[in-house]
Amino acid sequence: MQNIVFLMLRRMRLPLIVLITTYAVSILGLVLIPGQDDQGNPWRMDFFHATYFVSFMGSTIGFGEIPYPFTDAQRMWTTFIIYATVVAWLYAIGSILSLIQDQGLRRALAFSAFARKVRRIQEPFHIVCGYGDAGALLVRELVGHGIHCVVVDASQERILDLEVEDLPDYVPALCGDATESDTLLAAGLKHPQCRSVLALSSDDHVNLTVAITTKLLAPDRVVTCRAENKESAANMASFGTDYIIDPYEAFARRFGMMFHSPSMYLVWAWMTAVHNAPLPEFQKPPRGQWILCGYGRFGKAVQRQLAAEGIDTRIVEADIDTTGAPPGAIEGTGTEAGTLLQAGVDSAAGIVAGTDNDTNNLSILMTARDLNPALFMVARQNRSGNRAIFGAARIDLIMHPGTIVAMRALSLILAPLLGDFLRLARDQDESWANVLVSRVVGVMDETAPEIWDIDIAPRQTPAVSVCLAAGETVTLADICTDPRDRNYRLPCVPLLLKRESTQILLPDMDEALRDGDRILFCGRADAFDHIHHLVHDQRALYYARTGIDRPTGAVWRWFAGHRTATSR
Amino acid sequence: MNLEKVLFAFFSVLALTLNFGFFVGELDDPIHHNAYELFAALIVSLIATIMKFGDRAHIGALLLATSLVADLQLIAAAMVWGTALYITHTDLTQGPISSIVSLSGGALLANLISVLLLVVETATFRR
Repeated sequence: MQNIVFLMLRRMRLPLIVLITTYAVSILGLVLIPGQDDQGNPWRMDFFHATYFVSFMGSTIGFGEIPYPFTDAQRMWTTFIIYATVVAWLYAIGSILSLIQDQGLRRALAFSAFARKVRRIQEPFHIVCGYGDAGALLVRELVGHGIHCVVVDASQERILDLEVEDLPDYVPALCGDATESDTLLAAGLKHPQCRSVLALSSDDHVNLTVAITTKLLAPDRVVTCRAENKESAANMASFGTDYIIDPYEAFARRFGMMFHSPSMYLVWAWMTAVHNAPLPEFQKPPRGQWILCGYGRFGKAVQRQLAAEGIDTRIVEADIDTTGAPPGAIEGTGTEAGTLLQAGVDSAAGIVAGTDNDTNNLSILMTARDLNPALFMVARQNRSGNRAIFGAARIDLIMHPGTIVAMRALSLILAPLLGDFLRLARDQDESWANVLVSRVVGVMDETAPEIWDIDIAPRQTPAVSVCLAAGETVTLADICTDPRDRNYRLPCVPLLLKRESTQILLPDMDEALRDGDRILFCGRADAFDHIHHLVHDQRALYYARTGIDRPTGAVWRWFAGHRTATSR
Repeated sequence: MNLEKVLFAFFSVLALTLNFGFFVGELDDPIHHNAYELFAALIVSLIATIMKFGDRAHIGALLLATSLVADLQLIAAAMVWGTALYITHTDLTQGPISSIVSLSGGALLANLISVLLLVVETATFRR
């Protein structure tokens, strides 16, 4: 802000000097020119009257000739100074107006307004760099969960998109280059409430720069990066980036999982689904010959996972030389029937349309469906704006990099335990996953479950901590009891209990809680509200544990005590 | 040679010299103190102030501050003059003229500091 004041003062120098000089010359002229008073005696205007006259004349108010009517010499001088002062004023006002419209000044103003808003944030917040598909989805989800964020993007259009988006919370946004450290500092990198920095742009280099800047300037901030190349991912990991999200690799791994344990895939899909999304259904892709169109970063990741599953793929790629497609790859985009037939579409089990062009991907699938309607179809959707047409194309599995990145980043913020849970779950067998799926289905209705975690600690769960300090036992079942009627269980499933270094997968409901426990839940949103209430309200927790609605007031407590004494 | 520096120093020094010209003479003798001189001192002082706008160095801030003090003192002196002539109609007797001159003496001091600072800045300037 200070820079702007200095800039304005500097620019206003010349106009102000012109204005003062004009006034000085006008006043001096009026004082020097001889005049007459009302009796015809020689009279000279003094500085006081001259200043008064020039002040109202220069601002074109015009009170007339005072204190005595002017002589012709005075009138001639006045004619001249009328034009001089008007021109001086026009010049000064014009300078101010052009200064206000100056692009540089406007940018400086927007920057300082943004920095001021960020400085005033009182609650924890996250910095999101890159408001593309992934950034927009993440910001919407975070704000929906009541978490504050700050957005930086290099494109003015995207910042405008954010401004017109109807978010329930105010999100400060700056159109600026996140690779400049000043921008990140203005976005609150060193703000005491800043929790993490999320570099989600589709340009690996930008994300890399953001990660380095953060790790150098504020090493204790958590950095989450999107990386689409193996080299940049390795580079990011080398200087301690906390989480690296590679959407292609993440999807390919899950896709591979669909083949050997579809229930486990379902667990993954549910746990990382978009808020209020419909519950994904059970799918099992057929084994057999698969066709893979597009051998870029996505295609390579999928091909590797399919090979690990023992599935043979035929690759269709338009540019075999630069992508380094293996021998036997068929040259072509896959959008025309000839190439697909050459790849054996009529006998294939499934097809993956994985080019970086949405129109081509859709065209590949439509052509393939004509040739073989029984195909299992997987599509890569690059732009979120194409959701409607991809939805209408009856595709079995859609891969949208933005959603994958955003949901992964979201789960890292909302439920840090989810990563641990998914890692442990990967080592379990299919029957374990089947049990979990049926338990989750038991509590959910149409939509995907919410994920949250709870820390048993005096500040987060005061009611539980009071009971534990008094030596009473509180079990997991107690805090999962419906506080309205304790005969019902809340619609939620505890997924993981972390106690110091031990991790208990799907903990038993009779498990007694201890101070410092961290529990990961999945379930319906209303279950979260009830659990939140139970762990805060001693009376509600007492009811859940004992079935007694304990009176809280002194009189009622005495009365209740009296009654139990007499009934004994 | 930098024209901006020349003009800057010119106005600063001119403000001081005009101010001094008005100030010298008997404190209570209106004949020794000319209205045109006060007018010129005030205008030049205002222009010198504006020339100091927007300088972000610490010494620049100090220069601007001393200049503003000089402006304030001179404007006060001019207002006392106008008040004595037209509002209280006491004319330029000993009372008003001595307060006008002492106010301009304060401005003189401020202008002196301003010029001294300018000299110090120039003396410490290194390429």
